Amino acid sequence: MADSLDQIFVLLKHWLVALLPPAAQPLVAVVLSVVAIISVFGALFAITTVFERKGLARIQNRYGPNRVGIPFTKISLFGFGQPIADGIKALIKEDLVPRAADQIVHYLAPIAMLVPLTLTLAVLPCGRNMTALDLDAGLLYFFAVGAGAELAVFMAGWSSRNKYSLFGAMRAIAQMISYEVPLILSTVAVVMIVGSLSPVKIVEAQAGYGGWLPDWFVFTPWGLAGFLIFITAATAESNRSPFDLPEGESEIVAGYFLEYSGFKFAIFFMAEYFGMFAAGGMAATLFLGGYAAPAQWLNWIPSWVWFFAKTMGFIFFLIWIRGTLPRLRQDQLMNFAWKFMLPMALINIVAVALWHFMTPGIPRWLVCSAVVVGPYLLMGHGLMQNQHVGKRVYRYAD
Amino acid sequence: MTPLVGYLLLSAMLFAIGLAGALTRRNAIIVLIGIELMLNAANLNFIAFWRFSEHPEALTGIMFVIFSIGVAAAEAAVGLALIIAIYRHYKTSNVDEMDSLKG
Amino acid sequence: MTIPFAIIAVLTIAAAVGAMMLRNLVHCSLALVVAFVGLAAAYLQLDAQFVGFAQVLVYVGAVAILIVFAVLLTRGGEAPEKSVFSSSWIWGTLVAAGVFGMLAWTINNSFASQREPAEKVEATVKQIGDALMTKFVLPLEVIGLLLTAALIGAVIIAMKEEKK
Repeated sequence: MADSLDQIFVLLKHWLVALLPPAAQPLVAVVLSVVAIISVFGALFAITTVFERKGLARIQNRYGPNRVGIPFTKISLFGFGQPIADGIKALIKEDLVPRAADQIVHYLAPIAMLVPLTLTLAVLPCGRNMTALDLDAGLLYFFAVGAGAELAVFMAGWSSRNKYSLFGAMRAIAQMISYEVPLILSTVAVVMIVGSLSPVKIVEAQAGYGGWLPDWFVFTPWGLAGFLIFITAATAESNRSPFDLPEGESEIVAGYFLEYSGFKFAIFFMAEYFGMFAAGGMAATLFLGGYAAPAQWLNWIPSWVWFFAKTMGFIFFLIWIRGTLPRLRQDQLMNFAWKFMLPMALINIVAVALWHFMTPGIPRWLVCSAVVVGPYLLMGHGLMQNQHVGKRVYRYAD
Repeated sequence: MTPLVGYLLLSAMLFAIGLAGALTRRNAIIVLIGIELMLNAANLNFIAFWRFSEHPEALTGIMFVIFSIGVAAAEAAVGLALIIAIYRHYKTSNVDEMDSLKG
Repeated sequence: MTIPFAIIAVLTIAAAVGAMMLRNLVHCSLALVVAFVGLAAAYLQLDAQFVGFAQVLVYVGAVAILIVFAVLLTRGGEAPEKSVFSSSWIWGTLVAAGVFGMLAWTINNSFASQREPAEKVEATVKQIGDALMTKFVLPLEVIGLLLTAALIGAVIIAMKEEKK
């Protein structure tokens, strides 16, 4: 019973495909996977926008949207009908294009941003046997296609013929290419242990329950370091706070999508959230065990519930960080990437190699923890020498 | 599967287009783009021959292309750095005007 | 000549011609990106998955962005006042056409038309990794050195000189 609930979507798809003649079956199977991905992640996008606004509001000691229900009825959804209202607004808003803007590139930029980030969602293992595209080099595909979004940012900023847009685009590209390196290096550690680039095999390698913790990679010293590097770099790749100088509203008036209004802005927004989902899904796959349950006795809950719970946990973490931390300046951002995260990712690879070659036991834990924590403390101390952070002083208005 | 001749002709045409661009355009960056196109055409040639070879398990074509992509990226980086440095000196990126060594 | 190959070929050639002939430099670089993606699709058709994804990652994700940055740093974004082609463009085009003609004639008269593809080719990442670590380890180390030298060299060349 639990097994068929776990595989319910796979069985549904097989049943639907079997209804058709064999000639059309491969095409229909592919179309069904695509429809499933777009509809599930689209619905998740809508719910995430409400959660973000409510979450940020509660952190800032106010209520978020709490009135919008289903339009034309008296059904109250306590604010969860807000995406409907936002969608209608985005569709009926006037689409302003500046006269001096480069028309073709301006039109193609939102599409060029959305398509790569939607393509990356295809390799995520959403549940047991529920990967849309089970590639042998799936992780490489994920990062390769994700790199296509950077060009779209440049296209948006340059085609608007606006100095602020161009500044925002240049900063965004510099940030994205700087943080791509620690992002990929932190996954190299996982690939070294598993021996494969396929996300499905990476999840299967974390499926055991040895000891009192599951075999997830985050419960190892190098896995924890890799996980922290990955989520920091993924936050920077999605241009989320505290790395959102390229699009900060108080800094550069929305940066590279300044000149976009209406539906094109909604597409950029959706593309950014899809990027967050992809990053969260990949963090769950690589470090948090993918669709595996935390304990053996929780296996009756289907695998896809666990995967989406972990991804939404990552999204909640991003919303929390956005409401809490101040923004990083551009040079602080770049210093952080090149002088701190890149050396830490390289040291993590050394730690993984040591973990693999030592015999399991307490010495392995101690040595790998020392290799990871020692340089972290040294580098942190060394890099903070120039910053003289004094004691916090509160000043009140009289 | 498309015959080998199809891929080789596509590769030859890309090479010729890259060569034409590198020989006729004035801007130094477009010349570099032409060179990158030529390198890519050669890579396609290697992969096509690897796929149609008698011993594809030796992976020679793939190895060559992996190293070729790496070398091309390094060369593009250095070439563009050179163009930027030259622009700072001549205030132009027009190859016809960089003729101080002539005569 | 299968239909997917025809579509990929037409797209790649149109993008390459656009990259060489457009007036605006940024449009040229974007057309080049389309050409790179078309080539990656051709690699995927030839069952070379690792190379196809590496092509997208390196060329589209890095080289194209480098080119775009260089265009912006050398003020190429504005429209050029004179012609974009040099005065002797006839000779360049003739040379390229001659090269293509010779290559096409050679291809058609060679053994290439008799080669049949193998049925199923396996180029898994594990095999590539094994080959890189056993048979091709020397080129791997050399290319590591080459990339380091290129990195340091590019930074030194493009660095702003200090005003004395």
